[in-house]
Amino acid sequence: MLNIKVAKICLNVAALILPLAISAQQADQPPAKPSPDIASHVDGLTGHSAAGADLYYRYCWGCHGARGNGDGENAPWVTPQPRNFVSATFKCRSTPTGTLPLDSDLYDSITRGFITTNMPGWGTLTTQNRADLVAFIKTFSARWITDKPGEPIPVPAEPALTLDSLKHGQALYQKLECWKCHGQEGRGDGPSASTLTDSNDQPIRPYNFYTGYRFKCGTTNSDLYKIFMTGVDGTPMPSFADVVKPEEAWDLVHYLRTLQIWHKSPELALWESTPEGAAIVKAERVRNTYTGNPIHP
Amino acid sequence: MQKKHIFISGLALLAASAAAVAGPKPAGGTISGKVTYEGTPAKMKPIDMSKEPSCAKMYTTPPLAETVVTGTGNSLENVVVYVSAGAPDDAAPSTAAVFTQKGCRYIPHVLAFQVNQEIKIANEDQTSHNIHPLPKLNREWNKSQPPGTPPITEKYDKNEIFAVKCNVHPWMHGNFAVLKNSHYALTGDGGAFSLANLPPGKYTITAWHESYGEQTQDVTISGSETKTVNFVFKAKPY
Repeated sequence: MLNIKVAKICLNVAALILPLAISAQQADQPPAKPSPDIASHVDGLTGHSAAGADLYYRYCWGCHGARGNGDGENAPWVTPQPRNFVSATFKCRSTPTGTLPLDSDLYDSITRGFITTNMPGWGTLTTQNRADLVAFIKTFSARWITDKPGEPIPVPAEPALTLDSLKHGQALYQKLECWKCHGQEGRGDGPSASTLTDSNDQPIRPYNFYTGYRFKCGTTNSDLYKIFMTGVDGTPMPSFADVVKPEEAWDLVHYLRTLQIWHKSPELALWESTPEGAAIVKAERVRNTYTGNPIHP
Repeated sequence: MQKKHIFISGLALLAASAAAVAGPKPAGGTISGKVTYEGTPAKMKPIDMSKEPSCAKMYTTPPLAETVVTGTGNSLENVVVYVSAGAPDDAAPSTAAVFTQKGCRYIPHVLAFQVNQEIKIANEDQTSHNIHPLPKLNREWNKSQPPGTPPITEKYDKNEIFAVKCNVHPWMHGNFAVLKNSHYALTGDGGAFSLANLPPGKYTITAWHESYGEQTQDVTISGSETKTVNFVFKAKPY
């Protein structure tokens, strides 16, 4: 009886010590020390990397890793893989492809989180906390010292929605071959979809317009405009800034909204007011019943 | 606009060939040699382009993958041979290196050029490509290039060799070799290379192949001699 008790105590002690040993092992990894204090500037707030470090090693390193290279303890179970801050390649930017994002882009990403990934929104942290984290994230790559963030791609005022705009957007979706990945109906099931990999060689899905209305990089029409003009760096989604004119880009935005058939929008309402659009949307709501889709006869 | 580009690249080609024929005599020594393989290289599979009919119809028989290309006399093609140490960094030449997408393949399969040298990426196909180079040290960008659009002009500021792919056409795979100096060569059929104009000194020569990795050899050049260095890669049958 006593022996069993002793064994139980031993087990309990072991259970207590084991996690301690694991965390001691993690503590062996030298956390990246921000050498000079790096600042961030977001909406009148100034973030400091020194303050951000404490927050990072509480909330972020489990996935993003002690050195910020995306290899945290949880990383093997996370897909897509956590962002590697050392490579300084970021998905959601208002700046051209291949350039560093603005502080406000990183701030928005932290606040919003990334839908369809393991990254939650961090609106629970104070605005100052988030600005501090932005500053700390910038300590992981020397590019933040050698390069400047790119010049933001201008987003002109959204023109009035017209049927011509929708039709032109529909034609662009064909011409630019968006459907090769996103599918003719925007369900993310185009002919190339199954072969796509991100820059870590991990499989990645194209955005499925059918399932929702939120994008990885925002919810508004101007967010959508920025997504395809800047590209989503580190993924197969390229930038179209060099090949799509601003007015064409808005037409494409308007058409893409009509693919989100479960999300009420002025674009969808206008599309459904035409016989062609109504037929497509109705058929999409009851999948595979529509046979005469003029998009792909 | 496109005509102008063709004209300019034609001029550049003419200038390059003129320099090769009538250029000044090399002032220093030369390192030349041959890149070969031993063993049995993997058999290259034909590329299935059925998902892209506009490219598939350009071939009577499907082209083979180019991850290993062999030539006559066991020679290994698409090997970048370059001076990796011993030579000072050179300023980038003013001519652009040209990378063309044609028949849903990259021409050349390996593009070698210098740090900060302009590269022009052209799409001669009737389909959209996205050009997605995957560097680790340089900045990573990804651009769409529909048919009939002007060439994309880019530069890289760090010495690095990395893959280039088109996500829309997963079989499209190429390589960029961004090199620090002008002493480099790309092997073709026969596997021969020649690195000229090397002042006396000790050099490290690196041969890089996308599937078989890297080999280096040290060579010392005195005067205007020509030294022979050969590289033999072990072929893997898988």
